[in-house]
Amino acid sequence: MRKALEGSQAIAQTVALCRPQVVAAYPITPQTHIVENIARLVANGKMDCELVSVESEFSAASLVLGAACAGSRTYTASASQGILLMSEVLYNIAGLRVPIVMTCANRAISAPLSIWNDQQDSMAVRDAGWIQLYCTDNQEAVDTTIQAYRIAEKTELPVMVCVDGFTLTHTLEPIDIPEQEMVDQYLPAFKFSRALDPRNPTSIGTLVSPDFYSEARHSHHHALLNAVDEIISADADWEKISGRAAGGLLAVDGPDDARIGILTLGSVYGTLSEARDEYPELPATSLLKLRAYRPFPADALRIACQNFTDLIVLERALSPGYGGIVASEVHSALANGTAKPRIHSFAVGLGGRDIPMGIYKQLHERIKVAEPAPFAIIDVALERLPVEDFGIETPPIDTANG
Amino acid sequence: MSVKDKTIAIQDLRRKQPRFEGIESGHRACLGCGEALAARLVTEAAGPEVMIANATGCLEIFTTPWPESSWRLPWIHSLFENTGAVAAGMESAMKAQGKNTKVLAFGGDGATFDIGFQALSGMLERGHNVLYVCFDNEAYMNTGIQRSSSTPHAAMTTTSPPGSERMGKRHLKKDILSIVAAHHIPYAATSSVAYPSDVRMKVRRAMEVEGPTFLQIHSPCPLGWGHDGAYSIKVARLAVQTGLFPMIELERSVLIGSMPIRHQKPVTDYLAMQQRFRHLFNKNDSRAVEELVHIQALADHNIKHYNLRGEGVDSMDSDGADTVRRGGMRWA
Amino acid sequence: MIEVRIHGRGGQGNVVAAYLLATAAFNEGWHAQAFPAFGAERRGAPVVAFVRLNDKPIRRRCQVASPDFLIIQDEALLQVPGITEGLKPDGCILLNSIRSSESFADNIKNNIVTLPATQLATEHLGRPVPNTALLSAFIKLTGLLPQASLGRALEERFKGDVLNKNIALIEAAATGLTAGLWKETANA
Repeated sequence: MRKALEGSQAIAQTVALCRPQVVAAYPITPQTHIVENIARLVANGKMDCELVSVESEFSAASLVLGAACAGSRTYTASASQGILLMSEVLYNIAGLRVPIVMTCANRAISAPLSIWNDQQDSMAVRDAGWIQLYCTDNQEAVDTTIQAYRIAEKTELPVMVCVDGFTLTHTLEPIDIPEQEMVDQYLPAFKFSRALDPRNPTSIGTLVSPDFYSEARHSHHHALLNAVDEIISADADWEKISGRAAGGLLAVDGPDDARIGILTLGSVYGTLSEARDEYPELPATSLLKLRAYRPFPADALRIACQNFTDLIVLERALSPGYGGIVASEVHSALANGTAKPRIHSFAVGLGGRDIPMGIYKQLHERIKVAEPAPFAIIDVALERLPVEDFGIETPPIDTANG
Repeated sequence: MSVKDKTIAIQDLRRKQPRFEGIESGHRACLGCGEALAARLVTEAAGPEVMIANATGCLEIFTTPWPESSWRLPWIHSLFENTGAVAAGMESAMKAQGKNTKVLAFGGDGATFDIGFQALSGMLERGHNVLYVCFDNEAYMNTGIQRSSSTPHAAMTTTSPPGSERMGKRHLKKDILSIVAAHHIPYAATSSVAYPSDVRMKVRRAMEVEGPTFLQIHSPCPLGWGHDGAYSIKVARLAVQTGLFPMIELERSVLIGSMPIRHQKPVTDYLAMQQRFRHLFNKNDSRAVEELVHIQALADHNIKHYNLRGEGVDSMDSDGADTVRRGGMRWA
Repeated sequence: MIEVRIHGRGGQGNVVAAYLLATAAFNEGWHAQAFPAFGAERRGAPVVAFVRLNDKPIRRRCQVASPDFLIIQDEALLQVPGITEGLKPDGCILLNSIRSSESFADNIKNNIVTLPATQLATEHLGRPVPNTALLSAFIKLTGLLPQASLGRALEERFKGDVLNKNIALIEAAATGLTAGLWKETANA
């Protein structure tokens, strides 16, 4: 049913529809509204689950790990510092191939302390071995959360659904919450193949010598690569039931004659999409919505970039001392194959800085260079810094709102 | 007057400025914030020769909105869960450098009872010379009022909301003082912002100790507890006078002192002042009636267990006498 | 597309106002979007929320830089530099104040209407939360939505005594205001 809902409310209602048996809750801005909404559903008898308010995110992840290994479908949500605190457990969950779904309400990382939206948190755990799916609006957050349970339980890989904190979680917009019957039809009951059970005792999490470790990692790596099929079919099957597709691995939107592409993850896509309409005089541009970041859809990317002269990678994180994270992976993917656009790497909106419509024009200006410049934080206000901190000089941003 | 003009050499401070202000006004706390008051009292009594490790939470947020800070003391905020460990590091450095600067660790109940519990325990166990102050407002307030293990039984928070299936927080308030005391540290005590002289006295006592010390200061949060900021002190006093928040001192886990309650107030006096307990006053709900009985039993148990009841009625049984015991109006 | 910026202080129901307006509009068939510019939970601190209404889906996520309308829930906020920044030349301001609209004419060039929302709220709700009164006035002045749409949005969020008092409040708030006074800006 279509309602005007706050993103976190919609996610909480969606989680309830997926019928988790155990939910771990620990507050951290901007995910807190999700667990608060779940608490209210439980308190009013509308959701039947064990809701455990744990003492830290480390314990939140540990709790869902234990519950999933004992055979229950689970849920938890976190962000920023919480993701980092639980990171040891995240690696553990993935290495143990436990199907768990969690929401990451993307938020910047301390220090400096920030409660606002960027994607440094989920990027920080990109090597943990989780599937990472990014949502550009709250409808995708709803649909992707449901699909995440199917994907996780089919592939026995944990799935992190990344939803921009505040920008999506605290935005109220029209969202279609599916009916319970639709979700029940789509999600079979959870049956974990290796559940802890006295009737079939298994040992989970043993010490592995150099004789076997590489095989375990190979298996894990390939399970992730092969998960692309499940990610695609989960979206296709959900589209048959709901009428909506969430974007598969990578969605491309633009005219056939577009020679410029802009690749993004998450909600900035919406702003770019409307900005493009406001600047029809600028060269034809394709917008690439990267939904699956892990596994990284290298093949889909190569196909999408076939005809581009320029590809802009606009990300909400960076690797200090190196540059763009997604950009470096894009470089690597395009090193093979015939697609050879010039790759421009920018970070934007770090620490929740607002990304105005003018960014679209700004990007088009910035790529008019003989050689793509090294990575830059495109919206840094250099005049606020002492000269010695400037690094490579960048022109000021145009903050006009289209 | 510039900052430089106001600077006074440390050795002259006690003469020129009877009260040391470790926290400057202008911070962003809510009206009637118990924690802001508690922090001011603690830093005043601790004096200038300290350095502070502060956990994530309201205190850290409202005192340091960059580029401003209200701290006149060396201060560091690292993360939520590591304050005990950060303080231990600072103390180790002071030891290694042969310096006398006392290390204070500040954290809310979330940081102390929950996420930073491990680091606190480690610091206590290893005997670091740190005074750990827990500003106890009984929930994760900075993130919008979620329950912590310090939240009292039956209190409403956003993660322990009352409803058809629940009556607020199911579990009891964690007895942090007993746990801390079980580390057999030299000094652990509770105090309350309603008794400012008591706070100062206990801080000074803790400062003198060479070794780990712990103070749990009950600090009302008007927003989270649901009362007007003007009533923070009144609410805090009722918590003590009902027996729900015992004022005790422990040395190496032995009870050596407690503030007697001459006139025990019924818990309903305290609970009725706060919106977070309003579901307990629904006369049509039998669960509510049950909970009130339960909470009274908790208070009665505290009074018995810590021997808080004064010996019968005497001439000191008056509000005036209580004021004197708290240090008098001048110092209140 | 219509863009509204709502300025207030923590505790005045700033974000709820934005959500209510968007919900009411959605119920009337608009595409709507509402979100706060966020800060730490603090009573009394200045807060801003944004609302967009459109006849097609709204995809941009940036803050509203050129609002058509400003709703200012606390008169003292007029002292904050930049509070009216970006307001379109024919943009209109709804201000919570006991002073008359005319008394602001010297300092403010835009169309401005005042409403003693705090007083009305105190009278009807017993609490000085001005948000619903201001929304009611906003809807009357712009004519964007039927007046009843706000009541319906309130029913989704509140019940019992709180709801009834708010319904009375929004009725009182809308009386005496010229319906559709700001229709031109709303339809621009």
